[in-house]
Amino acid sequence: MNLEQLQRAVFEVTRQPLTPAERMRPRLPDGRSTREIANALIKPNDRMTSVERLQVYSQQYWFRILASMAEDFPGLRAILGQRKFDKLLVAYLNECPSESFTLRNLGARLEAWLRVHREFAPGVERLAIDMVRLEWAHIEAFDGAELPRFNPHDLSKLCGKTVFRLQPYLHPLDLSYPVDDVFFEIRKTEHDSNMVSNAVVEFPRKSRTRRVSLPKPRKVDLVVYRLDGSVYLKRLTRDAFSLLQALGQGNPLEKALETSLPRTRRSVDHLTEQLREWFENWASLGWFAQQA
Amino acid sequence: MPANRFNGNSDYGVGIGLRVPHYQHIFKKKPVVDWFEIISENFMVDGGRPLEILDQILERYRVVQHGVSMYFGSAEPLNREHLARLKLLVKRTKTPWLTDHLCWGSVDGRYTHDLLPMPYTFEAARKTAQKIREARDFLEVPIAVENVSSYAEFHVSEMTEWEFLNEVVEDADCGILLDVNNIYVSSQNHNFDPFEYLHSVPAERVAQIHIAGHSKYRKFILDTHDHPVIDPVWALYARAIELAGPTATLLEWDDRIPSFQEVHREALKAQRYLPGQLREAS
Repeated sequence: MNLEQLQRAVFEVTRQPLTPAERMRPRLPDGRSTREIANALIKPNDRMTSVERLQVYSQQYWFRILASMAEDFPGLRAILGQRKFDKLLVAYLNECPSESFTLRNLGARLEAWLRVHREFAPGVERLAIDMVRLEWAHIEAFDGAELPRFNPHDLSKLCGKTVFRLQPYLHPLDLSYPVDDVFFEIRKTEHDSNMVSNAVVEFPRKSRTRRVSLPKPRKVDLVVYRLDGSVYLKRLTRDAFSLLQALGQGNPLEKALETSLPRTRRSVDHLTEQLREWFENWASLGWFAQQA
Repeated sequence: MPANRFNGNSDYGVGIGLRVPHYQHIFKKKPVVDWFEIISENFMVDGGRPLEILDQILERYRVVQHGVSMYFGSAEPLNREHLARLKLLVKRTKTPWLTDHLCWGSVDGRYTHDLLPMPYTFEAARKTAQKIREARDFLEVPIAVENVSSYAEFHVSEMTEWEFLNEVVEDADCGILLDVNNIYVSSQNHNFDPFEYLHSVPAERVAQIHIAGHSKYRKFILDTHDHPVIDPVWALYARAIELAGPTATLLEWDDRIPSFQEVHREALKAQRYLPGQLREAS
């Protein structure tokens, strides 16, 4: 067995989900015996069998990635409850193992996965997906790139062909539920994630799950962004949100206005005043990057 | 040998890991610390608070980068995106040397986020050394590899862990981040004499030393970095200093992290073992 074969064999067996008692399963999905695989790979010692020694690594693998996901998605956990949250995470991580050198990206595919596997959020599918979108946007906004800011004084130079660039850390979310209310309730303190080089000794479910009352459906247009190092959530009106989205899709100002603010009964003066207010506000928050 | 080519000929003293719970104390009190070790991956991001914090730290303190996911021992090639991001960070921190673990942790582009033990084979040593050389050539900074704690040994191994370490560092011509706590943990888990390990390490290649605490379970010891350093580990540290000379030393405390003062006080115990201190004690 060469290095590549050995590593593939160890990874395959250690990444199999643990039993409810946090032990390695006796057999792999293809029927092979975990014990026989361990015996073939790992030396026993005077205190531990081959399986027991391999199990330390299997437990470390699961404890670490589950703890990381629990830290990143406390809102989803609050919506689902601990048992369903654990079941969902194990299924997700089993199907979508990490493909990044950083644990930060572990939840990158969760929204797409959950859209296909709605059975893991029975009765709260849409709510759960909204919360995942919000919690992932929060991660992206926290450490996303920041381009040089658009100078608010240049607002007077705008014309219909002006193309705005939104900051990479800015994430507009059209939500079906006011999950930001739940989010604020769950996260009273700043979110910080760190990797360390030590072992993990505690299964994440041992930490307390916050109970929240589930919100009723209500359309919310939300922007997740960063200002002075902190992540903020800001609700926008439907019109403002549509315009921001249209600009973010790379439409010139004139076209963005046409598509996002269709025929309106409002007076031109009122609309002009409204647009000035929005753009001044968005520019002052740093949402626009300098034009390329 | 306080300075050598494996630590950029630097002369660093006793440092501690830069951890989130200590940020407020560090920025408010501006304590005197020889240097901070950062986990590279926590700062390999595009922007935001992590880089703002790092830049503030760099204004006042010396920083050395320590990685957890380069996986020199993985059979697959180095991750080019990882290397590119790491190089950006190296330019930012101006780290005199860079460390990561002598282990593997990725297979077919999938990551375990763990520090898995190597099979101690000549094939593995050759491939690992090749990847260390590639990384060093790309990053243009000296690299030192850390011996990891382990809980399992492979049947296919053809040598001891310390023989494997020697094979790799000689072939790669790189430095060693000697973790004396990891030597102790592995010695207990695998029934070997930690001093035999220590005495076989090429002292002239030791760029840095790690000290840490661990957790003892019924059948094995786990490298948890959540306790003070125990006396047998201090004994190994003392011997390591005798062999290698005063060397940049870092206390790791990553879980159940106490106050900054407590962590720093624990780290500074290392100064007791420096040659001047030993003379005064005798």
